[in-house]
Amino acid sequence: MTDTIIFVLAGAFATATPLLLAAIGEAVAEKAGVMNLSVEGMMAFAAAVAFAVTYQTGNIVLGFGLAVGASVALSLVFSILVLGFSANQIVSGLAVGILGLGLSSLAGRSFENLTMMAPANLSLPVLSDLPLVGPILFRQSAITYFAFAVAFLTWWFLAKTRHGRITKVVGEDPAIAHNLGFAVIRIRLFAIIFGAVMSGLGGAYASTILTPGWSDGLIAGRGWIAVALVVFGTWRPLRIAFGAYLFGALLLGDLAVQAMGFSVPPQIMTSLPYVMTIIVLAAVSRNALLIRLNAPVSLGQNFQPSK
Amino acid sequence: MMGRYALVQRSEVSLKSIMLVPLVTFVLALLGSMVLFGFLGAPPLEVLYRLLIDPLASAYNISEVVIKAAPLILIAQGLAIGFRAKVWNIGAEGQLIIGAVAASVIPITFPESQNVLMLPAMMLAGMIAGAAWAGIAAALKTRFNASEIIVTLMLNQIAVQILYFLINGPLKDPMGFSYPQSVSFPPVAMYPLLSDDGMLRANASILVVILLSIAALIYVTRTFSGYTLLVGGLAPSAASYAGFSAKKAVWITLLIGGAAAGLAGVGEISGPIGRLQPSLSPGYGFAAIIVAYLGGLHPVGILLAGTFMAIVYVGADGAIIDVGLPPAAPVIFQGMVLVFYLASFALVQYRIVRVQPEARA
Repeated sequence: MTDTIIFVLAGAFATATPLLLAAIGEAVAEKAGVMNLSVEGMMAFAAAVAFAVTYQTGNIVLGFGLAVGASVALSLVFSILVLGFSANQIVSGLAVGILGLGLSSLAGRSFENLTMMAPANLSLPVLSDLPLVGPILFRQSAITYFAFAVAFLTWWFLAKTRHGRITKVVGEDPAIAHNLGFAVIRIRLFAIIFGAVMSGLGGAYASTILTPGWSDGLIAGRGWIAVALVVFGTWRPLRIAFGAYLFGALLLGDLAVQAMGFSVPPQIMTSLPYVMTIIVLAAVSRNALLIRLNAPVSLGQNFQPSK
Repeated sequence: MMGRYALVQRSEVSLKSIMLVPLVTFVLALLGSMVLFGFLGAPPLEVLYRLLIDPLASAYNISEVVIKAAPLILIAQGLAIGFRAKVWNIGAEGQLIIGAVAASVIPITFPESQNVLMLPAMMLAGMIAGAAWAGIAAALKTRFNASEIIVTLMLNQIAVQILYFLINGPLKDPMGFSYPQSVSFPPVAMYPLLSDDGMLRANASILVVILLSIAALIYVTRTFSGYTLLVGGLAPSAASYAGFSAKKAVWITLLIGGAAAGLAGVGEISGPIGRLQPSLSPGYGFAAIIVAYLGGLHPVGILLAGTFMAIVYVGADGAIIDVGLPPAAPVIFQGMVLVFYLASFALVQYRIVRVQPEARA
């Protein structure tokens, strides 16, 4: 029983990692006023590229690097549409997302159903030998620690730094930010690229470390759950991290239930995270005050400096 | 970059330039795919021929185009009504699945029936079920303000799992060995074929789709004063949409979109498939989003765009087998179409002007 608990809790942190990275990235883009719905496509393309490159070269750093490059390339197409052409953010995100999904199938087509060894996790000295807490918290992949650090640093950036405050002003009222002399378009571009880097890392982690292998559809809605997590965390990085770990545990629910000897149809367990996303989204969105206090006012609206 | 050039919204957008957008999009996406797939070893001109000419080169291929055009057009007509009101139903794929599942219960329960009312009953069941599935998103949007984008997307994933569960359980053909599929439907559950030639699979569902497209056209022309206004980017916000309240607009558009997608699901099981099975649609629900936009969110445009997309689908199917076009080609092509559409649409909507670096006070 203890083993099961350790397995599920440790697994929850690992499973949460791609969700957390992508959600933090999306939160920053949204804080700057840009809703980028191509997260799923960026993660998928990055995952395919990361696996293909790592499998071919054995160099996981190169795999991650090119995966991030692929994700950023997609986000530049999105940026051209949204920042350059003032196209509708929702439709542009969908368009680039579809493109990303297509490119992921293309990049991964010679690698379908291949697997490889995951790199060893990082056992932190002393801490990893602690009972219970050790195996749960301190024998994780470096990326898992990194994801939490990113969440913390993003909180610090948005709450405590001048650039963070400028980013938020751009998301609240781009016209005012523009009049104050801030380069709205450039700041939004940086925010979108930051989001793409995080989605890229999340996708790469999913296909090379979490479940090292490739099959079409590997990302399986994680990008969309990440978008939902931003609302769940009401745009606050530490709450988003909490939500990500909660969903990480949920995604492992079927393994836990099986391990405990219950027999539940697998389709019900697979549906559970999606059902939970809907319920949680409804519960959080219902609180209009909470949303109004934290949601960027200009979210989804484009800005043209010359107008 | 944006400091020296800027977009200025045109005060008037001519209908001619709006009609030009899909054409430009279409040419750019074709050029883009020729370059990309040519790069991957498929001869570009061969790809072009395969994608555009081959699908119309034989009666069999034309019949296949009709089969694929029907669901694309039907779903897109439903979605466009929502998109015009800025209600983002991304869940047509799930609504299609639930519509098909609900309708399939009738022929699976009465596999020997000869009652000619079976197909109409299935159509009704499919529409109601699809609308109800989309209605979940409408209820959560209007009551809790939950984003319909995320809810409809999550409902897609759940719909797939419901289908898998039922097709492996209650709706499975007991004589079907280990195949997760239902019994074959009786003839009264099927749309009549359009020709006597046994090879041609095109069926009467396309007639239903054309009728509903005409209905959509009447709806649009009667409820909107000017179409040019609409595509000029001055679409009314959901709040004032066609005189409805915002909540009513959410409900009506999601229910219509869901019903159309559910009916498209019936078109698949009562058409080319003929039973319930784990895979019902090659992503029609998502491709229809692109069809809706490429058609300028206008019923007539959607008829043309859906036909075009169906041609590419059929062409790509052939080219994947014969000239080694990657199986991902249709999806990449669809993504490119939407990206180029948005860019060219912006160019008719705005003018690019050079602005002097302004002196800041």
